[in-house]
Amino acid sequence: MTATALDRREALAPPEPSARARFVRRFRRQKLALAALVYLVLVVLAAALAPLLATHDPLAQNLGSVLQQPGGGHILGTDDLGRDVFSRALYAGRVSLVAAAQAVGVAVVLGVIPGLIAGYAGRKVDAVIMRLTDALMSFPPLILAIAFVGVLGPSLTNAMFVIGVIFAPRFVRLVRGTVLSIREETFVEASRSIGTPTPRVILRHVLPNALSPLIVQISLTAAMAMLAEASLSFLGLGVQPPDASWGSMIERGFRYTATAPWLTVFPGLLIALTVLAFNILGDGLRDSLGREIRRGS
Amino acid sequence: MTEPLLVVEGLEVEFATDRGWVQVLDGVSFTVDRGETVGLVGESGSGKTVTSLTVLGLLPPESARITAGSIRLDGRELVGLPRRKMEALRGDELSMIFQEPMTSLDPAFRVGDQIAEVVRRHRGGSKRAAWARAVEVLSTVGIPHAERRARSYPHEFSGGMRQRVMIAMALSCEPKLVIADEPTTALDVTIQAQVLDLLRAMRDEFGTAVVFVTHDLGVVADICDRAVVMYAGQVVERAGVDALYEHPRHPYTEALLSAMPQLTARSGRLATIPGSTPPAGAMPAGCRFHPRCGHVVDACRDTAVAEHPLAEGGTSRCLRVSELALKGSA
Amino acid sequence: MLRYTVRRVLMMVPLLFLVSLGVFALVLMIPGDPAITIAGENATEAQIDATRERLGLNDPVLVQYAAWAGNALTGDLGSSLFSNESVTGAIAGRFPVTLALTLAAMLIALLIAVPAGVVAALRRGRWQDRGATLFASVGISLPNFWVGILLIMAFALAFPIFPAVGYTPISEGVGAWARGLVLPGITLGTAVAAEITRQLRGSLTDTLQQDFIRTARANGLSGRAVVLKHGMKNAAVPVVTVIGFQVGFLLGGSVIVERVFGLPGLGDLAIRAVLQRDIPMIQGIVVVAALIVMLVNLVVDLSYGWLNPKVRQA
Repeated sequence: MTATALDRREALAPPEPSARARFVRRFRRQKLALAALVYLVLVVLAAALAPLLATHDPLAQNLGSVLQQPGGGHILGTDDLGRDVFSRALYAGRVSLVAAAQAVGVAVVLGVIPGLIAGYAGRKVDAVIMRLTDALMSFPPLILAIAFVGVLGPSLTNAMFVIGVIFAPRFVRLVRGTVLSIREETFVEASRSIGTPTPRVILRHVLPNALSPLIVQISLTAAMAMLAEASLSFLGLGVQPPDASWGSMIERGFRYTATAPWLTVFPGLLIALTVLAFNILGDGLRDSLGREIRRGS
Repeated sequence: MTEPLLVVEGLEVEFATDRGWVQVLDGVSFTVDRGETVGLVGESGSGKTVTSLTVLGLLPPESARITAGSIRLDGRELVGLPRRKMEALRGDELSMIFQEPMTSLDPAFRVGDQIAEVVRRHRGGSKRAAWARAVEVLSTVGIPHAERRARSYPHEFSGGMRQRVMIAMALSCEPKLVIADEPTTALDVTIQAQVLDLLRAMRDEFGTAVVFVTHDLGVVADICDRAVVMYAGQVVERAGVDALYEHPRHPYTEALLSAMPQLTARSGRLATIPGSTPPAGAMPAGCRFHPRCGHVVDACRDTAVAEHPLAEGGTSRCLRVSELALKGSA
Repeated sequence: MLRYTVRRVLMMVPLLFLVSLGVFALVLMIPGDPAITIAGENATEAQIDATRERLGLNDPVLVQYAAWAGNALTGDLGSSLFSNESVTGAIAGRFPVTLALTLAAMLIALLIAVPAGVVAALRRGRWQDRGATLFASVGISLPNFWVGILLIMAFALAFPIFPAVGYTPISEGVGAWARGLVLPGITLGTAVAAEITRQLRGSLTDTLQQDFIRTARANGLSGRAVVLKHGMKNAAVPVVTVIGFQVGFLLGGSVIVERVFGLPGLGDLAIRAVLQRDIPMIQGIVVVAALIVMLVNLVVDLSYGWLNPKVRQA
């Protein structure tokens, strides 16, 4: 069997060219992922150092110079209240990044723990948890987020908590799957058979094995959380004035689409690039961690 | 005198690698007569599967190329034939049966539809006629209740039955030549025997010539008229099956024979050939088999060996062919 | 196949129950006294009591749930707290707009994704593949409201080819109706197209390496027949799954796209309801959205039976 299987592989998919192509592809991907990481670090630094980098007070209105074009005294122009768009974008970046981090944090906490329980507990508990995640996943995410925010009242914290809850099932499934597969592995069997307590098994074997896919999922979830925050803020259900996130900047600028396109173009570009960076980083990590992930699952 | 059905002459094939193009077939020549069964024998990496895929024109064009040689089917040159013409021949005049019956049929279509599709591709005609033909060949290859079973999906058949379906598909347009690539390897021993019987019966019924690709000389003895032994991308010996077994003329054939499990003499330990096939692109100088050969002399190490025609018919690619008396399997 | 269908439909029952519980629980989550929230900040004590009575908030929770769920089962989702319009009626009135928008988006997404995914799989590693992969990465990263605004800038303001805002009912002409849906459809469809492209590329690449594809080629079937018939049918299961997932995304995205383009659909209704804290309306919209997603999942699962004969027996 193996004899001819080898023969065929040699015949139909010559290993050398595809291996090389894979290497080239991986390398290129990796460079891209690296660039994404550098970009993200720069964005985080810019947001953290906003007070140092800002050229103006982000909240200072100047009705004498409203809707100024980019250039001159204002790098990215001014908005309808004469506020400096560049400085506002720096501070808004803080809001957007922190909001995304909150949502991811909620999703991880609400995902990992039920995931561990579902994987470890018996069939009944597992079934209940999985049905609940199924139910949660049968709501369109944004509709659910809008409904929750509608009930709880619009605020960024509420919005991000809800987004976190909505993304939690992804982590539940991921962790549960890892636990189920790890439980079957011989080294865990051995470890259990000599009486290692369950929490220790989780710390020693399950979490390390789940780490790579978790990191990948965190990066991809950050991208989605960022988009969700932008969407909710665009709808006026997220960040409330006078604070701004990139999404709410677009919402405000939308009214001046015809006269002041820079009000929507720049914050949108920042959202798009940052989300793209999270996605590319996640994909790059998945590709380079591929083998470990497969071994873990 | 007319030419044999299939003539392969001086075939050279290269694969793309990161070190550039590497030769995997070197001057492969053999013939197959009408209605004849020829065994193409060798270990993995010998080039036997590459040879059969080349004959069918199934090598991926972006990573494999034919650099020399000729393949003629019924007098028609296949090397350099435009893709569409080659497609029209495949399944009609020549076809192939693959090793894995479990994965070689499309799981999403009924087996009757898959066979009828091939029939319509080559014969045209109505869907109904093609379906009728599919049922007919299924019943010919020994599928009971063919009318009903044609409406089944591949996963509803056992491995042996699926291999019968594969054979039915390959024979549906009565090709002149069928290449069977290890068609029984993945099957149980009893099913293997049934499939071999079926292939033999089909050859007799349709007059189809068969190239039987295998690493198992036992199967060759069972079903083939002649054998072509390949090693490291070259043909090392060609002979009639009886002559090959009684008097192998190449040390590699001898080694293969001695590695063959003897059903009659179970007591002896199974011999194996030491070493392994050299990878393409890293062929030893001289005779390619010399690092593993028990009869090696100094001359073998540096002189590339040509195929020597033999007085009794056939060829051998051994420098010492005239002086060695090799052991057959009696 | 029938047994499979029946089993699959029955599986929806517990899910529906959980969904209804979740939607009902929205009321319980209102911070403080829901009657005050619903009656309004400036309501008098009498008004609040009346509201509490009208909503049955004095009854035990289970009774409230039973009443609400029972009405919902008959298609009565209550009435708006503000206009007294029936929730079911309001949703039915808005539904055609959202349906047209999501269908347009899905159509545009498939028109982009199917050729892109097939070409990428066939030209693996070449520029066509890299282009499709890049599109897939960028497409899911763009905020759709931003795409919509850019499209308005380009094709409604700079080059006035399509209307920037508004919806023309199909009764006023198919041409005008379709023209009005082009930009919203592209806006909503871009991310979906990216997602389907990515999945189709991967799935088709895997399928084309299967043994049965080689069998088909060995029997003379032409490249196109192999790819379109055998490749696509076998690659379809994960792709259809992704398409099913996208319906939830489309419903959510339509809220935003309807806002950007001023379309009077369900999303517009949802935003109004949320800003007015019109709880029955919010509940109704969430129930309908979840129901749509569940029905689409049902259709997707049933399509597996056709695409993959093995499933039928399971």
